[in-house]
Amino acid sequence: MTKVTMRGLLMIGAAVAGFGLMAHGAMADTTLTLSSDNNVDTVKAFDALTKAYTAAHPDIKFEIDNRPGGAEGDNLVKTRLSTGEMADIFQYNSGSLFQALKPDKNLADLSDLPNQANILESFKLVVTSPDGKVRGVPFGAAMGGGIYYNKKIYADLGLKIPTTWKDFIANCEKIKAAGKVAVAQTYKDTWSSQLFVLADFYNVQAAVPNFAADYTANKAKYATTPAAAKGFDHLQEVFKAGYLNKDFGAATFSEGMKMVATGTAAHYPMLTFGIGDVKQNEPNNVNDIGFFAQPGDDATKNGLTVWMPSGVYVPAASKHVKEAKDFLNFVASAEGCKAMIDANGATGPYLIKGCALPKDVPASVADMLPYFQEGGHTAPALEFVSPIKGPALEQITVEVGSGIRPAADAAALYDQDVAKQGKQLGLPNW
Amino acid sequence: MNMKQPSPYPYWFIAPAAVVYTVLFLVPTAASFWFCFTRWDLDTAQFIGLDNFRQFLSEPSLTGGLVNTLIYAFITSGAKTVLGLLLAVFLTSKVFGQGLMRNVMFFPTLVSTIGVGITFSTLMHPTRGVFNVALAALGIDGPGWLVDPRLALFSIAIVDVWKGVGLATLIYIAGLASISPEYYDAARVDGARPWDSFWKITLPLVRPATVTVIILSLIGGLRSFDVIWAMTRGGPGFASDVLASVIYKQYQAGFYGLATAGNVMLFFLIAAIILPLTFWFNARQVEF
Repeated sequence: MTKVTMRGLLMIGAAVAGFGLMAHGAMADTTLTLSSDNNVDTVKAFDALTKAYTAAHPDIKFEIDNRPGGAEGDNLVKTRLSTGEMADIFQYNSGSLFQALKPDKNLADLSDLPNQANILESFKLVVTSPDGKVRGVPFGAAMGGGIYYNKKIYADLGLKIPTTWKDFIANCEKIKAAGKVAVAQTYKDTWSSQLFVLADFYNVQAAVPNFAADYTANKAKYATTPAAAKGFDHLQEVFKAGYLNKDFGAATFSEGMKMVATGTAAHYPMLTFGIGDVKQNEPNNVNDIGFFAQPGDDATKNGLTVWMPSGVYVPAASKHVKEAKDFLNFVASAEGCKAMIDANGATGPYLIKGCALPKDVPASVADMLPYFQEGGHTAPALEFVSPIKGPALEQITVEVGSGIRPAADAAALYDQDVAKQGKQLGLPNW
Repeated sequence: MNMKQPSPYPYWFIAPAAVVYTVLFLVPTAASFWFCFTRWDLDTAQFIGLDNFRQFLSEPSLTGGLVNTLIYAFITSGAKTVLGLLLAVFLTSKVFGQGLMRNVMFFPTLVSTIGVGITFSTLMHPTRGVFNVALAALGIDGPGWLVDPRLALFSIAIVDVWKGVGLATLIYIAGLASISPEYYDAARVDGARPWDSFWKITLPLVRPATVTVIILSLIGGLRSFDVIWAMTRGGPGFASDVLASVIYKQYQAGFYGLATAGNVMLFFLIAAIILPLTFWFNARQVEF
């Protein structure tokens, strides 16, 4: 009996000491760790956001850690989350890559953030876990996937913005005849090789409205759906026609943006976040670039494939969930949005109510806005309407774009890669 | 003869080493033989039988990767063995500045592999790289070292040999130093030409070093990853993928069970090549 009492006393003592420590901790500074990708714009935006937040909350400090993008970054994020070593706040893709993080278990529920009401529904959908809880806030503007073009080359050669793939090829032919690189490709950064396939999804869903659902259910395939296989055909066509820059196999994303900004190349298929790179590296050429959606077969069905921005999340295992959530509430506010615009300029339509675009946006951003305004001319990219994306797509598109593998063969190989993903994730129907 | 010698150490003395060995080597090895049969996401593992192996063997990049692994291992190992011996003969002869030259030759071995890989991928850039700029000055249109799918693996192999030959040479220098000069003196008295001395004396007597170099470089080549990853990440496409890089990509995609199955296969492949080779070398050694 005495023993038990002793233990009880000890526990009460420990609890009191613990409360004392906690009370003390709340008064003292809290340092939140934050992990983001190492894109220049991302780094600058988080720098601005955390500075603005610390100015209003002097007791909160941040420690920012940058990680590489692409598959390397995916690996880091997944491993750190699984082992409970993720930073208190992290930025990462929304859509299928978000779903692959097991958000139900690994991420904190953000449904009760006061500013959730400010966030557009279209974004909430891509950061909602299977149990129906919202687990992220948007980081930056929506992006378009399409083709950057050099305005000077278009003006010099008297070219018009193409609304069909045929017109696009006709333009490329004229550009090539004028002795210029018609299409820049940058396969050193393998992810950049996927654009012709991924940005073609507006055209795929315009031709086959059920594709995303059937594809998720293991019914529709790239190789047997002609509209879906076209992206691979396009990649093959630009290679075979000799439109590419000579060093396409060794060039990088930044070099691609530079080529199209400075007029070394006429086109560069890319996501619209690329303009940030130009602002950083070739500020004088920002308005020499325009942007158009990847054209399909039918000019009347011309529209833009849209990428949702990445999200900002809090791991469920964080020791500072409460503080981290308050910071995310700020990221989701109009002030937070403005801090990002001040840091990087506007890059596209924002997903936060009350966050208006400034008047003087770069030409390529202005080119993108009409697709959103006219209504019905945008469609989310496949990765936002299906949890399935094969991990080897970027290697396969490099093969097609370098003439190593024929397009039809590549589409079939990608279907195999997708089947592997379905099986390894243990999805139904696979 | 078969009676075991009693260990000079009591159990408590060897216990710490045994614990370290069990925790760091035995347990992970045993665990990987379980996880390779599962769908594993680091938290939960679901037993799926031989599915991972079936998946791995039906993967087109794997069959290519398997062939590439063998090509890469045999090319780098062969080149290191031959070049290592020639360099060692050169560096043990009476050349000017022998000590300095030995150091210079060993230097690449000390540099970080990733650093070497990044440096060479810059040197091998198809239009701006030093190699092709130099070739262009001579009027030659240089090849796409790392971007031509037929060349990429061989370009990496060249870098691997450049970096690894120093160690092979070092082993050979030690081997050559242990050959008594009296053999050469006797041969010279008998009228042997330099070639005869090399084939009949040096080569047979340096055999233990040769075996060491071959085995070490072959194992290194079979599990090679870092140079390849730093230079091409297995690309363009899958052209320079080897087993280790294919496995790493499965791991990156979050397919941990599948990646473990790949590692188990790599383990058996290395064992299947190295064990018979070692037995064969050891058996032949008895003849001398």
